[in-house]
Amino acid sequence: MNGTGSESPASSPMKPLIEIKGVRHAYRTPAGPLPVLDGLELSVPEGEFCAVVGPSGCGKSTLTRLVAGLMKPDAGEVWLSGERVTSPRKTVGMAFQNPVLLEWRTILDNVILPLEIVAPRMPRRDRVARAEELLAMVGLDGFEDKRPSELSGGMRQRASLCRSIVHKPSVLILDEPFGALDNFTREDLWQTMRDLRAAEPFTTILITHDLRESVFLGDQVVVLSGRPARTQYVMDVDLPPDRDLDVLFEPKVGDMLHILRDQIKVAQGRASEAAA
Amino acid sequence: MIRSVGVPVVALAVFTAIWEFVVWANGWPDFVMASPSDLPAAYARFWELFLTGAWQTLWRTVAGLVLAVIVGLLLGMIMGFSRIMRDALYPLLVGFNAIPKATLVPVLALLFIGQHDFNTVMMAFLISFFPIAVSVGIGLSTLEPEYRDILRSLGASKVTIFWKIALPKTLPEFFGALKVSVTLAFIGTNLVEIVSPHGRGLGALFLSGQTNSNYPLMFAVLIALAVLGIALYYAVVWLEKTFAGWAERKG
Repeated sequence: MNGTGSESPASSPMKPLIEIKGVRHAYRTPAGPLPVLDGLELSVPEGEFCAVVGPSGCGKSTLTRLVAGLMKPDAGEVWLSGERVTSPRKTVGMAFQNPVLLEWRTILDNVILPLEIVAPRMPRRDRVARAEELLAMVGLDGFEDKRPSELSGGMRQRASLCRSIVHKPSVLILDEPFGALDNFTREDLWQTMRDLRAAEPFTTILITHDLRESVFLGDQVVVLSGRPARTQYVMDVDLPPDRDLDVLFEPKVGDMLHILRDQIKVAQGRASEAAA
Repeated sequence: MIRSVGVPVVALAVFTAIWEFVVWANGWPDFVMASPSDLPAAYARFWELFLTGAWQTLWRTVAGLVLAVIVGLLLGMIMGFSRIMRDALYPLLVGFNAIPKATLVPVLALLFIGQHDFNTVMMAFLISFFPIAVSVGIGLSTLEPEYRDILRSLGASKVTIFWKIALPKTLPEFFGALKVSVTLAFIGTNLVEIVSPHGRGLGALFLSGQTNSNYPLMFAVLIALAVLGIALYYAVVWLEKTFAGWAERKG
């Protein structure tokens, strides 16, 4: 594998919770098969946060659907917690760029939704308590009985995050959840995400287009090549887990962002610019 | 409150006044065109016939509409979930919908000879299921995949996804179609009542007014039909507010 390097060679002693080995996938289109993933490798230790970046349309969303078990790859393997993924499982949480809240439910009942599937016998009182605890953590206490249409975009996305982890999933899959927000709201949500991570025991894959986001939130940043995507570069982010937004102004982080940017240019097939 | 009740009442009074004035100014006698002031006498004289007729028209319309909702929902679900079925059914339904329903009255009358109630309910159903089937089908097939994925990624069954997400999400479209369908079903009922011999309901009362050249009676029936139609329509609006009120934007 050319170009697969890492900043610090020390690998985690823990067994990876999410593992993707040699995944290849193509979509069938009228014009013939369209390969989107080819040679994808990914390994995320338990509790870690893996940010995945890459050029537009390189198959990042396909990656999330494979990890969620919503699709099967043509070749290769996806493993979660030592089990091969072939179908959806209750231990996964998902959030998307579109918060997809159900407009006919209150915020509280939106957050409770996964519990109705995962824990159908859980008493209503316990569900409400769990949802209220999370809503308070993201700063939405007092909004439990509002409808999604009464909330701002950032608040809806907060509620969506609560819903994705309400059932204590071991794997959290985030597909550009902050992509449609303005910059200030986005930075607020990065901090919310960091705090949720400290309080809840999930292992995360985050798809993003934002390199600053990937470095601020990630323990490792994986750069995918252009379509068909393979793992082009892996960076270990050597920063404390309780990092502050100011960390983004440190020279060390500037260097990381620079490397990632060059890698994205390579992925886009503009390597000559990267060398400059 | 004053505006929501007052404005329609004033509009109704203005309409009645213009009607009365036009008939009076032209000097039309009863047997050319009835005026609003002729109607109370007609209601007073035939009130029993109006009550039984209105009841017959009402229950057969509602029965046809209930059938249309059941069949429309089923067809909509079939077309919404299966592309092949959509491709297969859509041209058939459009073609069927394009047939003038008056042509079906003799067909139904021959198929189910003498079954007058059944024929009428069938017509109300046939004329009104199309909008429901199409809107439910489109509502289900355009459901964003993320909505399905939030539950599918947890291993929820298709039935669960339908009840918890697809069905409620489609309710606003469904009620929009139901508002069209309720009027159509009403027209279907009256069509059979007027066209077929020995009919019942308000349509038959209209026909008897025509046969006897009783113009005030005919117009009284038309007004009664309008009132019944308004009542049915607002019954659907009330159902919509109850079950899909969340779709209404405040402010």
